[in-house]
Formats: sequence, structure tokens, C-alpha cells
Amino acid sequence: MVKNKKSFFVGSPYYIWMIIFIVVPMLMVAYYSFTDIDGNFTLENIKNLSEYADTFVLSIFLGAVATLICLIIAYPLAFMISRSKASTQKMMIMLVMLPMWMNLLLRTYSWMTIIEDTGIINSLLSKIGIGPFHMINTAGAVVLGMVYNFLPYMILPLYSAMTKIDKNVLEAAEDLGANMFQRVFKVIFPLSVPGVVSGITMVFVPSVSTFYISQKLGGTGYTLIGDVIDTQFLNSGRNMGATLSLVLMVLILLCMLLMNQFASNEEEAMLV
Amino acid sequence: MKNKIIDLHNITVAFDGEKVLDGIDLSIEDGQFVTLLGPSGCGKTTTLRIIGGFISPDSGDVFFDGKRINDLPAYKRQVSTIFQRYALFPHLNVYDNIAFGLRVQKVPKNEIAERVAEVIKMVNLSGFEKRKIDSLSGGQQQRVAIARAIVTRPKVLLLDEPLAALDLKLRKDMQVELKNIQRQLGITFIFVTHDQEEALSMSDVVVVMDGGKIQQIGTPEDIYNEPVNAFVADFIGESNIVDGIMIEDNLVKFAGQKIRCVDKGFGKNEPVDVVIRPEDIDVVSPNESPLSGLVTAVTFKGVHFEAIVDVDNFKWMIQTTDMIKEGQEIGLLLNPDDMHVMRKSEYSGMFGDYSSFSDEMDYISDPDYVEDEESEEVAEAEE
Repeated sequence: MVKNKKSFFVGSPYYIWMIIFIVVPMLMVAYYSFTDIDGNFTLENIKNLSEYADTFVLSIFLGAVATLICLIIAYPLAFMISRSKASTQKMMIMLVMLPMWMNLLLRTYSWMTIIEDTGIINSLLSKIGIGPFHMINTAGAVVLGMVYNFLPYMILPLYSAMTKIDKNVLEAAEDLGANMFQRVFKVIFPLSVPGVVSGITMVFVPSVSTFYISQKLGGTGYTLIGDVIDTQFLNSGRNMGATLSLVLMVLILLCMLLMNQFASNEEEAMLV
Repeated sequence: MKNKIIDLHNITVAFDGEKVLDGIDLSIEDGQFVTLLGPSGCGKTTTLRIIGGFISPDSGDVFFDGKRINDLPAYKRQVSTIFQRYALFPHLNVYDNIAFGLRVQKVPKNEIAERVAEVIKMVNLSGFEKRKIDSLSGGQQQRVAIARAIVTRPKVLLLDEPLAALDLKLRKDMQVELKNIQRQLGITFIFVTHDQEEALSMSDVVVVMDGGKIQQIGTPEDIYNEPVNAFVADFIGESNIVDGIMIEDNLVKFAGQKIRCVDKGFGKNEPVDVVIRPEDIDVVSPNESPLSGLVTAVTFKGVHFEAIVDVDNFKWMIQTTDMIKEGQEIGLLLNPDDMHVMRKSEYSGMFGDYSSFSDEMDYISDPDYVEDEESEEVAEAEE
């Protein structure tokens, strides 16, 4: 019992932190979701959700596309990094993280100046007589912003899962007659599933809930759920914004549960 | 004459400019149990990996069953490897690990089931089919690794120190079991180890390696009884190696004495190394033999005593069942066939004196010793 008391004592700052900054805010979000501006209980906010159904669908769709693209780009890269020399690995991981040291707003702004109608790409292209192409304020631009900003969050967990794959295990597969294709699908992929799951989580969640990237690169045509929550809080009080946040949270939770279910099935399937 | 299954011709490999294998020539006959034996860093594992297809030689040729396979990738070679730390697939259970090789080769399902069941029985793993790899003991994992490697019916099985991680008793059992499996399958085993006892007890042919070169190829008896140089004599078993001069055929002079021996074919007065195994030396009273010395240490080994005897500052090791004591003066009697005479080699003078058992022991108590090739060269130049 003494030991438990001690560990409780050591942990207490964290428990207090979690209660103040995680549990209480969640309860507040829930509270505001079900009250009106005067603090009376209401289901009005929930009823109004249907107005935002399209926005939810668009957010999840663009988030999913960005996540998929991140996975496709990051997977081979992470594998290559994990199989290179230790010094090369350090360098590559540094390079992957480097953009993260710069502010997200700044990175998004630079993409604006690159893909604007009069931006860097179009002015370069006009010199050789091509274009201009309209790139900004499209769904593609929003996805580009998401991919660019969140790619490191996909690469790092994949990389760390892949460094754990024993080189000998791959050699054993080759030794037993597996060609490169078979080695990738029968050994490397199953063993990297934990990295895939956490990479998808870490890219999908911020992509779905982003507001800044869609504002700057998507213009008015691609307002995402994050933008709506942003405007709600700034202009119409907390209640509708809180409801949208709550629903978004639940939706993300469902997506993740589905994802984990799929992943563990995959692993189970490999085990059977 | 039997068919040569593996043939290495003048193989040279360097990593980062450092030669790991230096002109390896090795022919392996079909169906033999061949052991590559040597200290760590001698190139034995590299040799195995060349045969497996994981390393391609910088120069030289690899032949498999008469066909040159230098450029054949590992997955197309008819060899299987048992890796040192087993390298089992952590995401698959015992059955699927063993079936892996057959599945990637697209063997029909019912045949897979049959063949897997057969090898599972052979390695005594019945009932473990559904078990996860991480729930198995080291010895069980070892069996899975063996089963996984032999189920594809390779023509050659490569074993990279497969028993190193097992405890002593289990290792002995596995030695017997591997030997049995090899007899049953009738295929070639190429076994890498640094354990000389393992090599002697299991092999048809032992290949002793050091410094990226093959020192000697022979049957275990040849290697033990007729070592070609001081390195082999020292590495295989215990041996006293003394400087000598071959006066004429059947007469060698060492430790100040001319002694009859059975070796011949050397030049007159040729300097040689003489090997005397500790168990071949007879202990007599000092006046019965021209060789005598002071017993400086006695260790009881159960079967026999092991004693260090100082003969004119050269420390001999002898093994005897006679009762002897520290501080006792004894005579050492040698029969002509107790000695084995070797030509001088680069290893002469490096081994065979029992002031200590290992070279490392000398190094760690010598503050001037630097483990570096350059310093050795400097020391040689100074001499």
C-alpha cells in the first residue's frame, strides 16, 4: 500500500494536469453542446447539424485523400531510410523534420505564393509560354497543403516501426525463395502495420480538423469543418461550435476504431 | 568420386578496403557435413553468406552443382540458411513460419500441409503448430528454424552458429540431432562455428580458417593429429608448440635434446615447430627422461590432472592421471609418435606456451599492447 501511495504522490501533478486541461475542457465542450446561449438545456444545436453534413463529408474525404497520399509517399521513403547506414538515417530524419521547425502558418503562406494565379509557378511557366494554370482555391491545393504539412507525422512512425524489423528476417524470407514483391507483402508490410496505424492516425486527425490550410489554399469554396468551428466561435458564441467539435471528435473516434479493427484483423489474419 | 555441390574459386571479399576473405578455394562434396571453423573475424560467416547469396565476391567464382551462380540472387538458390539468432517471422505462428518457403514457391496447399507435418514430426514439434514464436523457448525456436529451412528440400543447408545461443547440455543434444537430420536427409550441411569441439564431433570435413584464409582442410582426425601450422594446432585442442630443428628424417632437436620422431621429408637442419599434445606426455621421475621441469600449477579436471610444467622457462601443459603436486620436479617422457613436426609459418612463436591460456590474457595485462594492426607493423619494423 505504501508503494501505491508513493506512486500516487509522484503521479499527482500529472493527474491534476489531466483533470484541468483534458477532462474539464471535454466536459465543458459537452456542456456547451447541449445548452443555448443563456445556458438552458437544448437539442437545437444537434438539430442544426444537418446544415453542416456536406462540410463534414468534405472534411473527412479530403482528410482521407491526404492521408492516403501521405502513406503512399512515406512508405517507400521510410523503408529506404530504415535500411540505410546509421549516419544517412540521422541525416534523412533531420531533413524530414526540418520543415516542422518552421511555423505551420508560414509554410502554408509560402505555398500560397507558390501556387497563386500570379505565383511563382505560373510566372515561371508564363516565361516559357505555358499556362497560367489555376491551382489555388482548389481541392487539390487543400490536399497539397495537408500532405506537405503532415507528411513528417506519417514518415516518423513508419520509420520507427521499420527499424524494428530484423534484417535477418528479411534475409530469411529471401533465403526461403521470396522475391522482392513477396518480401514486401508477406514480411515487411505485416511487420510495419503498427507504424501504418499510428501514421494514419497522426495525419488523418489533424487533416480532418484543420482550418487554416483550407482557408488559405482552398479559399471560400472548400470550407472545412475546422473553418466552420472557427467562425462559429468567433461570431456566434460557443454553443454551435462546441457541438460541431463534439461530433467531429466522435466521427474521428469512429474512424480510428474502424481503422484499428481493420489493422488487428490484418494481424490476426496473418497469424492464423 | 562424388559430385562437387559447392565450388569456390579464389574468392576475395573486402569490406571498406579491409580484406575479409583472401583467395578462398573450397570444394564441397555432395552429402557431406562440412564445418567452417575459426575465431571471430576469420571470414567463416562471410564464406557462408557468399554461398547463400547474401554477399557477392569482389573477385572469384561460386559454382553450385557445376553452374556458376555469382549473379544468382539468394531467393533463386537451392540452399537454405539457419541463421544465428533464428530470424523467425515474428508475425507468423510455428506452422506458418515453416510453410513460408513452400507458400512463396506456390506449392499446392495439400502438399504444403503434408510436407510441413512431416518436418514438424522430424524436429519433434508436434502440437506446437499454432503457437506464437515469442512463446517458444530458445531450443524450440531453434527447431522451428531447422524445420523452416529443410521443408523446402534444399540441396545444401547452411548453418550459421546455430547452437551458440543454447546452453551446454541442450547444445550437445542438438549436435546429435542435427547430425541425425543430416543423415536422414542425405544433403550437404555447411556448418559455421568457433567451437572446436563441436566441429570435431559433428563433421566429415573441417575447414579451419583464420585471417580470411583457409589454414587447413581435413577430417577431424587429420586436423587434430596433423595440424599444418601453429595456428591450427593451438586452435584445435590444447598443444605445446616448441621451436625445434629437424636434424634429419626421424630425428628432431628441441629443448636442448635430440629426440626420435616419426616425421620426415624436411630439409636437413630445417627450423620447425614441434607440437606435443598434453595428453601424450608421460610423467616419469626426473632421471628417467632428458626432459624435466618444475610443476608450477596443478588443476584437477575430474578425468585427469592438468599441470603446467616449467622446462627452462617454457611452460608446458601436461595432462596426466598420475598424482602430481605443485613444486614437484618431474620428467617428461615422449614417444616418437607423440610429436608432430610442422614447417615454420607466419604463426610460429605466437602460440603453444602455457604462461597463460589465451593470448587475450597476455594482452590485458600488458599496458603497451594496443589492439591495432598498425602498431604490430611498427613493432615488426623496429625489430
